[in-house]
Amino acid sequence: MNIWLAIFLGGLLTFGMRFSFIYLFGRFQVPRTLKRALHYVPTAVLSAIIVPSLVIRSNSLDVTFGNTYLLAGIVAIVVAWTTKNTLYTILAGLLAILILTII
Amino acid sequence: MGAQSKKAKDTPYAFFQAGARAELPLLISAFPFGLIYGALALRVGLSPAAVQAMSSIVFAGSAQIVTSQLVLEAAPVFVIVLTIGVINLRHMLYSASIAPYLQKVSMKWKVLLSYLLTDEAYAPSIIHYEKQELTPKSHMFLLGAGASLWITWQISTALGILVGAAIPQSWPLDFALPLTFIALVVPVLKNRPGIMSALSAGTVALLAYGLPYELGLILAAFVGIIVGTILEGHE
Repeated sequence: MNIWLAIFLGGLLTFGMRFSFIYLFGRFQVPRTLKRALHYVPTAVLSAIIVPSLVIRSNSLDVTFGNTYLLAGIVAIVVAWTTKNTLYTILAGLLAILILTII
Repeated sequence: MGAQSKKAKDTPYAFFQAGARAELPLLISAFPFGLIYGALALRVGLSPAAVQAMSSIVFAGSAQIVTSQLVLEAAPVFVIVLTIGVINLRHMLYSASIAPYLQKVSMKWKVLLSYLLTDEAYAPSIIHYEKQELTPKSHMFLLGAGASLWITWQISTALGILVGAAIPQSWPLDFALPLTFIALVVPVLKNRPGIMSALSAGTVALLAYGLPYELGLILAAFVGIIVGTILEGHE
């Protein structure tokens, strides 16, 4: 097996996907519905990353009070929702995970 | 004074700096991830040069970890390449979503910024672009976010190769990733379509977690996008 070939082709493919629409955009008329849909990409993808990384611990579902990631995540969500401030949210979340990990 | 301070804020360097600053919390989680990757890839038998090359050529954490696993299983090249492709499918969504904001930059910039378009660079940049007015130097924000992640990823990979995964597993450093994403997404959830999009994507991601190659993530993203789009159409 040639690992260098795999790295090169895998890198080329990854770049191609990252470049795809950045390259194509502006070369054709984007339908309005698609434009509206693209607006939901960050919300949908990031939420789909957030939820499992809080709730799934060592490969299984953990919705107990022992799950420090979930608890600190909820603290962060509440702070983010009420303050609408990125920095406060990160500080509150870090503080929460620190306290929960120590105790 | 007003005009002057506006001018200072619009310099390419100011945008670059803002992007790098927004990236900072994400570097906290990328660093140990790079260490773990470096140590793991070395252990499966890859040469240090190949381990480092994968970080600079593929530049996609989860795909690199899975590739190491496939090397251990002696998978053929086409299986590895295909797997990398499926795991990184979500980058096409990022590409489509960020494309309108990069439409005016030169092809050279489009190539460079596409190469740097990881999860961690995309997230703060798209939030910035949707909030701020687009200026001729806006793309420097993505460069600041992407380049600081790139440097961190290369250094942490090298350290992983040299010293192994030295950080104790009990340290909750990987919490920095979901935390930063929460800090970016939750404040922009302003209306019902947005909230429902987030909730449905999160729910599907959980239900489909067992699917291989992060296909659950792709499925969840599409459900969230469709729910948001349909609800917005109704309102």
